[in-house]
Amino acid sequence: MKTIVETVKAGAVLVSDGAWGTFLHKKGLEPGQCPELWCITRRSDVLDIARSYVAAGADMIESNSFGANRLKLAHFGLDSRAKEINRAAAEVSREAAGPNRHVIASMGPTGKILMMGDVSENEVYDAFAEQATALADGGANACCIETMTAIDEACLAVRAAADNTKLEIIATFTFDKTMDNTYRTMMGVSPADMASALVKAGAHVIGTNCGNGMERMIEIVREIRAADGKTPILVHANAGLPENKDGDIVFPETPGMMAALVPQLVSAGANVVGGCCGTTPAHIAAMKKAVHGLIQANS
Amino acid sequence: MSELLSQIATCVERGKISVAAPFPLDLKGAPGADELTAAALAEGIAPQDILSKGLVVGMYNVGEKFRCNKVFIPDVLMSAKAMYAGMKHLRPFFQSGQVQRKGTLVIGTAAGDLHDIGKNLVAMIVEGGGWEVVDLGVDVPLDKFVKAVESNPGCSVGISTLLTTTMSNMQKITAALKEKFPGISVIIGGAPITKEFADKIGAGYSADPQGAVSFLNSGK
Repeated sequence: MKTIVETVKAGAVLVSDGAWGTFLHKKGLEPGQCPELWCITRRSDVLDIARSYVAAGADMIESNSFGANRLKLAHFGLDSRAKEINRAAAEVSREAAGPNRHVIASMGPTGKILMMGDVSENEVYDAFAEQATALADGGANACCIETMTAIDEACLAVRAAADNTKLEIIATFTFDKTMDNTYRTMMGVSPADMASALVKAGAHVIGTNCGNGMERMIEIVREIRAADGKTPILVHANAGLPENKDGDIVFPETPGMMAALVPQLVSAGANVVGGCCGTTPAHIAAMKKAVHGLIQANS
Repeated sequence: MSELLSQIATCVERGKISVAAPFPLDLKGAPGADELTAAALAEGIAPQDILSKGLVVGMYNVGEKFRCNKVFIPDVLMSAKAMYAGMKHLRPFFQSGQVQRKGTLVIGTAAGDLHDIGKNLVAMIVEGGGWEVVDLGVDVPLDKFVKAVESNPGCSVGISTLLTTTMSNMQKITAALKEKFPGISVIIGGAPITKEFADKIGAGYSADPQGAVSFLNSGK
């Protein structure tokens, strides 16, 4: 199988998968439970999520390992099982993906702020190294370091994966629009700051995830592309911001709304498109169709 | 006297902890909140004034800048560190009752939510606003809030969540606290929270930490 970078450098636009967390909640995950433990205790439900994205036409599947670094697992008393959980997460996704799709295993933030000093750089590096190694052992061929907001933590994750595995490394940040209409993470990082730091640390694909809907992702991608003309860009977009409607959580953007913006996202510079919170297999199927339409329009 | 207090406020606003602290670069080698607070006490400035005309002013200024996206979380964290460096000199006066705080906020994230960055920012800025903060941490169940309210009579309660899925727990905790402690003031916040949701469950709301201080100061 060609790497993601090789494929997009040859001109292809790839489709990634959609939400995992909100999907797990639909399947009965309760607030306060460890989502990643489901890779072991509710394996068939997790496999079902991965398979539903394969069926929707995704070229790559994430894994249920977003919060499976030992620093986060410690809250559930599961830190000593980090290896086992990450390995299982990658295995489940590989089982669904088969040999011809990418497994881009999810690695989310530790939830610690390095500059507060309650955790050291070594501890963060070691936690990510352990996670990346176990994900590779479980059959992932790439890792997706995501929802990052701080340069220091994200670069430790990238370096931990680069030093200890052969995984293709994707790293994406979450940006908010500020009052003066620029984009920054909550830690103050701009898309341009992110791009140069991640590439220097060794990321192969950079990008943005979560956020506030597809339209803003287009603006963010333009900023990343203006700062970095050649590194492949991946986007995992939320289906807008969640709204609480009488106790039901509703995401405003439909599959059709998101798919309609795929051409603009691609012309802004995105090479891989997929979903984050609130997106479903129907969103991914619609985006796949939109990408297919682009190929036909260009041929 | 006012010169020293305004220097303290500037150090807190800029995140200048101590003379040894390398940040911010343009204040390198200058005394920080730590030394200046000690100097103010040595000069005989009332501890209450050091708090309310120095440290609180600095935290207010950084909180306002944060609200307008002029600064970001790292700046607030450095300011909080500077504020605490000054505050430690005032601790004996809090204990003796010579310095009065405005009241107490009991704060925690809703049961089921483990995200504490936003809650921590609110705790720091509220403490820097002259309030005592009792931080119950993350994933806080109702009974833990109840115990804390019982041990801190007259306190207000702050509940935070990042997840949409824990908004219902926030609603349950608020309802139970209001039933058990009639007249108690509850304020909520977090990424998915809106003013409409807060109104619906009978809680106060702020979109940013500084707004939580205004809410508490208003005595609602």
